[in-house]
Amino acid sequence: MNSIILRTATRFMLPLLILFSIVVLLRGHNQPGGGFVGGLLATSAFVLYAMAFGVPAMKRLLRVPLTTYIAIGLGMALVSGVPGLIESKPFLYGMWASFELAGFGELKVGTPLVFDIGVYFTVLGVCLLMLLTLAEES
Amino acid sequence: MIVGTLLAIFALALAAPTLHRVLGRATGYVLALGPLVAFGYYLTQMNPTASGEAVAVGWTWSQSLGVEFSFRVDSLSTLFALLVTGVGTGIVLYANSYLEGHPKRGRFFGYLLGFMGAMLGLVLADDLILLFIFWELTSITSYLLIGFDHEREKARKSALQALVVTGLGGLSMLAGMVLLGQIAGTFSVSGIIEHHHVLADSPLTVAAMILILGGAFTKSAQFPFHFWLPNAMEAPSPVSAYLHSSTMVKAGVYLVARLNPAFLEDPAWQWSLSCFGGATMLLGAYLATRQTYYKKVLAYTTVSSLGIMIMLIGLGAPQAAAAYIFAHALFKGALFLVAGIVDHEAGVKDTEQMGGLFGKMPVTALVAIISGLSMAGMVPLLGFVAKELLLKGSLHAHGGPHEVAWLWPTISTIAGAFMAVAGFQAGIRPFLMRRSATEDYPKKPHEAPLPMLFGPVVLTGLTLIGGVLPALFTAPIINGTTASIAGGHDVELVKLDAIYMATHASTALLLSGIALVAGALLFVLRKPWRAITRPLDRVATAIGCERIYHLLFNGTVGPVSLATVQTRFLQSGYLRVYVQVTVLTTLMLGGGLLAWKGGVVDSIAQALPPFGEIAWTELLFEAVLVSMICVAAIASTQMRGRLSTIAVLGVVGYCSAVIFVLFGAPDVAMTQFAVETLTVIIFVLVVYHLPRFAVYSSRKAKSLDALLGAAFGLMMAAFVVSSFAITADDGISWFYNHYALPDAPGEHVAYGRNLVNIILVDFRALDTLGEITVLGLAAVGVYTLLKLRQERPAQGGMA
Repeated sequence: MNSIILRTATRFMLPLLILFSIVVLLRGHNQPGGGFVGGLLATSAFVLYAMAFGVPAMKRLLRVPLTTYIAIGLGMALVSGVPGLIESKPFLYGMWASFELAGFGELKVGTPLVFDIGVYFTVLGVCLLMLLTLAEES
Repeated sequence: MIVGTLLAIFALALAAPTLHRVLGRATGYVLALGPLVAFGYYLTQMNPTASGEAVAVGWTWSQSLGVEFSFRVDSLSTLFALLVTGVGTGIVLYANSYLEGHPKRGRFFGYLLGFMGAMLGLVLADDLILLFIFWELTSITSYLLIGFDHEREKARKSALQALVVTGLGGLSMLAGMVLLGQIAGTFSVSGIIEHHHVLADSPLTVAAMILILGGAFTKSAQFPFHFWLPNAMEAPSPVSAYLHSSTMVKAGVYLVARLNPAFLEDPAWQWSLSCFGGATMLLGAYLATRQTYYKKVLAYTTVSSLGIMIMLIGLGAPQAAAAYIFAHALFKGALFLVAGIVDHEAGVKDTEQMGGLFGKMPVTALVAIISGLSMAGMVPLLGFVAKELLLKGSLHAHGGPHEVAWLWPTISTIAGAFMAVAGFQAGIRPFLMRRSATEDYPKKPHEAPLPMLFGPVVLTGLTLIGGVLPALFTAPIINGTTASIAGGHDVELVKLDAIYMATHASTALLLSGIALVAGALLFVLRKPWRAITRPLDRVATAIGCERIYHLLFNGTVGPVSLATVQTRFLQSGYLRVYVQVTVLTTLMLGGGLLAWKGGVVDSIAQALPPFGEIAWTELLFEAVLVSMICVAAIASTQMRGRLSTIAVLGVVGYCSAVIFVLFGAPDVAMTQFAVETLTVIIFVLVVYHLPRFAVYSSRKAKSLDALLGAAFGLMMAAFVVSSFAITADDGISWFYNHYALPDAPGEHVAYGRNLVNIILVDFRALDTLGEITVLGLAAVGVYTLLKLRQERPAQGGMA
């Protein structure tokens, strides 16, 4: 689509949308959201970009092939199960660690978060791969 | 060490193709070291296990299922482990020369060693589920081995047949094993045997037993499943020698022997083993006399021998069974290898086309003569000792039906005579008799190379030693195995040393003599015999299950085959037919369930508040949304353009998302919005590829679809409403709240306030991992299909 309005808007919208998707991903643990929705939102952002600037431009923006995103996502989900095993708990057992961040208070980080980020990347990779394949067909 | 031998063999199997690339001709010599070392280890286990000791090793595998990764070596296992590794060593050496120059030799060794490892695991496993896994692994690897010459259609078909028959039996066996484990309260084989009195009390024991025998009988080619074994002769000779002398087909015999102590006293066990075993013995031996192709003669005698072993266990003659298992492995292994040598070095497969080969290949000839005579039951060979025990066992049957006690020695003697014919056919005919054909052999017959002779010569040597000095094998292997098969029960042990004493003259000896003489006579008259019995061939094939097998696979209804019909019906290739079939099936199952359970109307009445109490103002939003959904849904069926249809469907999706918002499910609503947006985009992209919108459906088809759709919708509505009537167990939400909410007291398993997300990424993370894996695979699938079509436009339509 060759529309200056869309292109200009997309330039500003893309970072905002991706930021929003990350917020949704991270807040998912305590409030509505999560990796799946986050991944879908990020997909929409990139689709918007593809509509405005074309598929090749979007591919350049992603830098690595989409299958790599899927692989990274699945790999993160898989790896998040290992700490549980090391502590001789079941595979994928949630393990938590907390850090003291100066000025922010306590920060808790756990393997479920890593898992959720894995879901995010997988969903992003899967949806974009399907959409792109169809789009390149036409 | 037990696990070490297994791991070593599996590791060699994996490494075989690479090793072959590096080592070339010498591969077989290196690979043979694996089974050889394992063989040495099990030799050292022979004496301890014979005295009743057992080495056990195990780890918990799945605690919640009660499955253990456990192995146990007693005398029975040692006998089989020795056969698997010992014969295996010879086979690897033999195959190295047999497949000299074959391009896929490395792969062949991989299959062969993989099979060997599976078979070894099978005879060592002490857990029913573990045993089943190895059992299925032997089925799969034997499929690869039988179909090794996969360029020939017959080899492929035979391999598939063996896989289907033994695979079906394996499934039946799994059901039986699960049942048995439930009855006994443990999957441990030794545990089940120890507590076998529990089995006698349960009415389900017979069902478990029949199901397990289904597995054992198909694997061990018992009547009426015997047909797959002769067909499996399509395999290369070393494979036949290995699979059909001492391994694959004996897995069923092993299983029956292994579980015998648990079922021993059950008359149903005794009856089924002795009757099916006896029938197999007789039929196999008879069919063997009708064959002239070397490997076919051997195949049918193998069927017969397997019947003998099963029958002997059923008749309560474990010593005879143990001796026969041992003797059979030796002579049959050697004979199959001879069949391969003759085919390899002379180029003939039909024994009646052979003759005078003694001078050309003396060592092979000696091996064949001794092993053939052992099969015939000639003095002083191990086959004679085994046959003597067989006849004794059938004369003094402990188990089985007593009313027909005369039957067992009679059929055993007849089968013995038939076996003698086959023994002469394989051992004497090609080597000591004159050749009738005038033209030369296709290849110039010559002696086989040394590595090929190694296995047969060792096996034959043991046949000879075992025959002359049976006592040598009695204590370390036969009697220990007998005790394993009999469990704690007392068995009468025949003193094998006394077998040649003058005082030994007995009915069994007399019957043995009769069988041998009758066999010799029949061998001389074999041509008229084959002519006379030819009309019976139809009967023999009719009583096997092979017809049923062929009917299922290639059976025809009118001009089209059964398989074609069901494929056309279930896989029409039309999306709308798939949807129709899916909807119809769900409708039948779901509607049937609702009708069966009943009470739908009641629960609807229960779910809806009385008419007067409905607060209409609160319902305003919902009413608007629902009517929008309805209008949009109806509109979607009436639209004339694809884009407008998609847009209208989008309205349905967004409205349902709003409903989720109203009912307090923000997570679902968010996801629904995002999914709906992307779905519309995907649809738009797909629409691009579709042909022009046109109406093909007739009014009739349309009204049928409308009917189906309406019925489906009503059923789903009924389901939803009746789910209100179910009072959900609070335990589940209590559990999640209690173990996840940060401010809940007590121990935490997970942390977080959004339970939906916690369930997805923590409590049930493994499910999610599975789901995203499927997603990833689906995406790669879409990508591949579409890209494939782009690259090969000539073959369009794949996607």
